[in-house]
Amino acid sequence: MKKSGFKGFLKKLHKYRVYLLMLAPAVIYTLIFAYYPMTGVVMAFKKYNYAGGIWGSPWNGLENFRFFFLSGQAGLVTRNTVLYNLLFIAVGTFTQVAVAVFLTEIHGKRFRKISQSMMFLPYFISWVIVGVMAFNIFSSDYGFLNRLITALGGEKIAFYTTPQAWPFILLFFNIWKGVGYGSVMYLAAIMGIDTSIYEAASIDGANVFQRIFKVTIPMIMPTMVILLLMSVGGIFKGNFDMFYNLVGNNGLLYNYTDVIDTLAMRALISSNDFGMSAAIGLFQSVLCLITVTIVNKLVSLYDRDYALF
Amino acid sequence: MANNDHLGKVKKGKDVIALNIIAYAFTGLLALLCLIPFLMVLSGSFSSEEAITNNGFSLLPQDFSVEAYKTVFKEPIVVFRAYATTIGLTVIGTAIGLLVQTMTAYVLARKDFEWRNAFSFFFYFTTLFSGGLVPTYVLYTQTLGLRNNYLALLLPLVFSVYNLLVMKSYITSIPDSLVDAAKIDGCGEIRTLFQVVLPLIQPALATVGLFIALAYWNDWYNAMLYINNEKMYPLQYFLYQQVNNIEAYKKLISTNAVSSAVVSALSMPTQTLKMALTIVVTGPIILAFPMVQKYFVQGITIGAVKG
Repeated sequence: MKKSGFKGFLKKLHKYRVYLLMLAPAVIYTLIFAYYPMTGVVMAFKKYNYAGGIWGSPWNGLENFRFFFLSGQAGLVTRNTVLYNLLFIAVGTFTQVAVAVFLTEIHGKRFRKISQSMMFLPYFISWVIVGVMAFNIFSSDYGFLNRLITALGGEKIAFYTTPQAWPFILLFFNIWKGVGYGSVMYLAAIMGIDTSIYEAASIDGANVFQRIFKVTIPMIMPTMVILLLMSVGGIFKGNFDMFYNLVGNNGLLYNYTDVIDTLAMRALISSNDFGMSAAIGLFQSVLCLITVTIVNKLVSLYDRDYALF
Repeated sequence: MANNDHLGKVKKGKDVIALNIIAYAFTGLLALLCLIPFLMVLSGSFSSEEAITNNGFSLLPQDFSVEAYKTVFKEPIVVFRAYATTIGLTVIGTAIGLLVQTMTAYVLARKDFEWRNAFSFFFYFTTLFSGGLVPTYVLYTQTLGLRNNYLALLLPLVFSVYNLLVMKSYITSIPDSLVDAAKIDGCGEIRTLFQVVLPLIQPALATVGLFIALAYWNDWYNAMLYINNEKMYPLQYFLYQQVNNIEAYKKLISTNAVSSAVVSALSMPTQTLKMALTIVVTGPIILAFPMVQKYFVQGITIGAVKG
């Protein structure tokens, strides 16, 4: 019979003491570094000062949010964050699936191995280094691309003062850094397809293109849908590492490159406006929570096994 | 790794040849594009400053020179200090991270632990909602007072729910009978974990360990937030600062806001110096890459399966 009440609880506490001891470090860590900061969201409703800290600073209602929204920044950074993520997800998924499909069809074993390794390489370096590489390619004075353009008789493009160019540059590096990593998942999915399906298709006289579009793609569709949905869950999260290292503090580009995370960081580090930065952070956290919840609902409708909670 | 044996015997008709042409062209081009920026950094680091100033960056070294590397190692202690910081953090962080993550994952994978779902959700919830940048910043800098403390570089990366899930799904795949048998033989939980489970999950230890190590090696973000003593900079932030200093120095010269004494130092390499620094910072990762790649592939695939 199941024991209940306080006595039963104590008994289980004793029974599980070794388990609980093993969990303790992670639990304490999570309480301090994840749950305790959650209470810090009250800063979004305060006029923060160092002396008062989180709890002693005076309240100022929705003032931080009012400024964030009325200045027009909220609309701009939210739009940029969402549009960039949609662009990255769409082009990224397409490239990763294409690479996975092509890699499985290629006959040369060595070519396959080497090209896959080359595509995986960018995953291992930090965005600081990607920032350096971007400068090598796009700088007006030393850039490889401008050298190429002038060699072909064109006019130099000052990329670092041309905001319109940045969606393309950021897209390029996003794909560049993620393609090797991302295609692994699809490769694994393709490896898992039952061989007999291909044999049947080949007996039925399917050519290679039919095999890809009628067998491979439909068979990896579940993986694709799940991964797509999961990335949509993070649609309000800007990749701070990327934006900060490629764009930096180049204010000329902000209209096209500022995302929620970079704005929140500037509010904190440059203007020392803790309340405002906390308001931006809370705005983002709430949007993320809502999207993840909706996405999880969709995932569980699609395939119960993949739902996260 | 990729393998097309499972496609069975495929006749090499015209369609197969056509597809292979497209496939080779697409993958080959993409792979080249992935490699080119690395080549440019490497060739830039071995070029003379003059050649880069006149011609810009290229795929092959221009006017071969090791001047930039000489400048990097003029004061070797600076580079070595950053290296020591990063290596120290990576080793200690990975060791502690692996221990904590493995213990936690082991308990969460035990079916006889009735509270495992509650605890799983306790951890998982932190990926759904977070306090965000400012509360975390205030926690580290004011509540815990960890500004300019190595703990501020160690703690943020030591535990992650994603790694926990990878580890948990791996441990879950171990047959319960093995664990139960050990317990019947009188093994305590801790001995079971270290003597029975640990040897069985070596691939997961390698994978998660490498994920943690890479995160430490590439971290610059926490140094930017919490460290302003330049003697404590880890490698990536050291590079970040150097690159920014070099750019600031160049701007200063171009606006003529400096004395002639500084201008005479103009012969000091700037662009090539940046490249040499980048190579010095990236080198170990690129060298380790061929050995560790397969563990990452493994990790990505396990991570896809929810724990």
